Amino acid sequence: MIEQIFAEGYWLPYTFAFLMGLSMLIYSILDGYDLGVGILIIDAEDEEKDRMIASIGPFWDANETWLILGVGLLLVAFPMAHGVILTHLYLPVAVMLFGLIFRGVAFDFRAKVPKEKKSRWNHKFFLGSLLTALAQGYMLGAYILGFQDGWSAFFFSCLIAVCVAAAYCLIGACWLIMKCETDLQKKAVKWAKFFLLFSILGLAAVSITTPLMSERIFEKWFSFPAILALLPIPLTTGILIIALYVLLRHMPFPKDQYCWLPLVMTVLVYILSFVGLAYSFFPYIVPDQMTIIEAAAADDSLLIMLFGALIVLPILLGYTALSYYIFHGKATELSYD
Amino acid sequence: MDLDPFVLSRIQFAANITFHIMFPSITIALGWILLFFKICHNMTKDEAWMQAYFFFTKVFALSFAIGVVSGVTMSFQFGTNWPGFMEAVGNIAGPLLAYEVLTAFFLEATFLGIMLFGYRRVPSWLHTLATVLVAVGTTLSAFWILVLNSWMHTPDGFEMIANENGLLQAHVTSWWEVVFNPSMPYRLVHMLLASGLTASFLIAGLSAFRYLRGDQSFAVRKALCTAIMIAAFLIPLQILAGHEHGINTKHHQPAKIAAMEAAWETTKGAPLVLFGLPNKETRSNDYAIEIPYLASLIVTHKVDGEIKGLNEFEHIPPVTPIFFSFRIMVGIGMLMLAVSWLGSYFILRKKEFPKLYLYALIAMTFSGCFATIAGWYVTEIGRQPWLVQDVLLTKDALGPVTGGMVFSTLMMYLSVYAFLTISYVTTLFYLAKKAGDGSGRDPEKQVIEGAERHANMIKAD
Repeated sequence: MIEQIFAEGYWLPYTFAFLMGLSMLIYSILDGYDLGVGILIIDAEDEEKDRMIASIGPFWDANETWLILGVGLLLVAFPMAHGVILTHLYLPVAVMLFGLIFRGVAFDFRAKVPKEKKSRWNHKFFLGSLLTALAQGYMLGAYILGFQDGWSAFFFSCLIAVCVAAAYCLIGACWLIMKCETDLQKKAVKWAKFFLLFSILGLAAVSITTPLMSERIFEKWFSFPAILALLPIPLTTGILIIALYVLLRHMPFPKDQYCWLPLVMTVLVYILSFVGLAYSFFPYIVPDQMTIIEAAAADDSLLIMLFGALIVLPILLGYTALSYYIFHGKATELSYD
Repeated sequence: MDLDPFVLSRIQFAANITFHIMFPSITIALGWILLFFKICHNMTKDEAWMQAYFFFTKVFALSFAIGVVSGVTMSFQFGTNWPGFMEAVGNIAGPLLAYEVLTAFFLEATFLGIMLFGYRRVPSWLHTLATVLVAVGTTLSAFWILVLNSWMHTPDGFEMIANENGLLQAHVTSWWEVVFNPSMPYRLVHMLLASGLTASFLIAGLSAFRYLRGDQSFAVRKALCTAIMIAAFLIPLQILAGHEHGINTKHHQPAKIAAMEAAWETTKGAPLVLFGLPNKETRSNDYAIEIPYLASLIVTHKVDGEIKGLNEFEHIPPVTPIFFSFRIMVGIGMLMLAVSWLGSYFILRKKEFPKLYLYALIAMTFSGCFATIAGWYVTEIGRQPWLVQDVLLTKDALGPVTGGMVFSTLMMYLSVYAFLTISYVTTLFYLAKKAGDGSGRDPEKQVIEGAERHANMIKAD
């Protein structure tokens, strides 16, 4: 794989595929937790809702921007694939945008409208978050199957939709464990345990289906000796999940120790799952139809974007870190003054 | 009924972009005005400036959120409805959009958190810096988007090369010429000034509303006067910039000028049509009220100057919407001139604002949005049938979507936009009403000070 990248002089498209994948991964982690929190508010008291939403307040705008970067990179670096993928996903994209719109504006409206209307906007915030998560999961499912038609493909995508929403709830709950205290924190631990089980189901479904769907992917994973090199991925994921479950059963600890640990472990599971998926599909950008090279834009255009990306991305990560530093600690009131 | 995906996709994109542009045109300049409030506070230590800042930060946050979500929708529509655009000119549009996201969007989105919620968490200088960066970010964002849009009107610095499938694709020959294409400086200035006017009339309208309801605090007065003075200063500049932009358009897109003036035949010493109903069948204007020679005088600066008529061009844009949009934009501009100069007269003479004047300001709260939308209609419809002038026809960019599918999403978007517009406007006035009722209750203060409690807890341990 590595030789292939350099030998053919195609390093630019691959670099962009990497950057795009990285943006998508960061997006799924960052917006994952705030979408998850958005879904979980349905099961919380009014005062808890305020605190939960306050915990994501300073971040959600920037989190969502990673989606724009990821899709933007697909759009600008792989214009051919962008058209194919998005026209196939026309309706789920529309549903996701519907969800994103409502969630985004509800976040601001809920704090500004008269008190009696607030709960309605809270509800829109929940529905928007749920729809967004489900639509993204559905798209992932459809993408894994290479946009096949038919009922079985539809049901598979629906299953993945539910599981992705569950995975978002899991990371959202872990975020809350870190950002909240007392009763709400205990509640978050409960949520995390519940949605961890759901997420396992999703991981299993993807891991079993993907190799069965495509002989090529089966070959990539199960041929000898590749399987030995790859074994650590599912093994580590499994160990992490079990450890996370055990950890959650004993949380919270006195003095709130290790309140950040579930989040870190969940992020690791996200990364490993993503690496697994990326390995399965490489070098295709539209599964079994279009490769990264075939879809790429002209080299000189990629080069000028890379130049910008290399300057901007470190700065971007830097001030994202700054923002997290400023708003670190337990969630407090959100106030404009 | 036959659902034409082309027509529906166009309506959908037009609806989306119409809805979207209202919010950036508010936030681009509002960011700078907020910075002005903050700097005034830093220098005078007058709390009134900070109160004005906090009130309009809320307006900013709400507008920004709607701007972001409607902008995301738009970037997806490139792929879902118009894949031909990126396939043909992706090498140019791609990097420009990428730079927009990289430099601008993140800058705004990340520092917005600090600007909105960080006042008591970070030192004042950092809070001011965050405000600067948000303002710079929104403006940079506008810059890159306007570069791309201008390039679609006056493409430069590229060549078309066929790929292995015979599809003509744009390849850049000079990035300098792409970025500084002929219409970019004019369009950028025109749009930034438009944003300045939109934001000032929004501030003036909301402040006038509070003022009329009896909230005549220093914060309200300061915001009101600042907004009127900014508008009074910007509007003559805007009229000049608009004029120069028109001259630029005459050179590069003469068909658009012909449609704006509803000039069907090439004429020397053309009259300015104040009003009329352009008639496609008779190729003339019904019920026209004209001022002789004025169009030639404005566009060519000569009484007998020649204005090219629509008869000269193979591809012509639809005349009626451009003709009327242009008049709406200019009409609102003139109204802005009258209202803002009258207001600055009251301020400079230290007279009390008459009630009627305050009502006029309230009525003009969103006048900037209307004028901006009308202006964009002129320029965008004026480019049709081209998506990229003389390079790519709009119809060639359409993707393989069915009419029924587009129809369903169009209905969804239209109802969402209608709902959000109503919610937005009512919420703004609700905020203004509540800020003025003297109760001092701030709905943003939702949660107890958890962090302090937490810090104490740790200390106690």
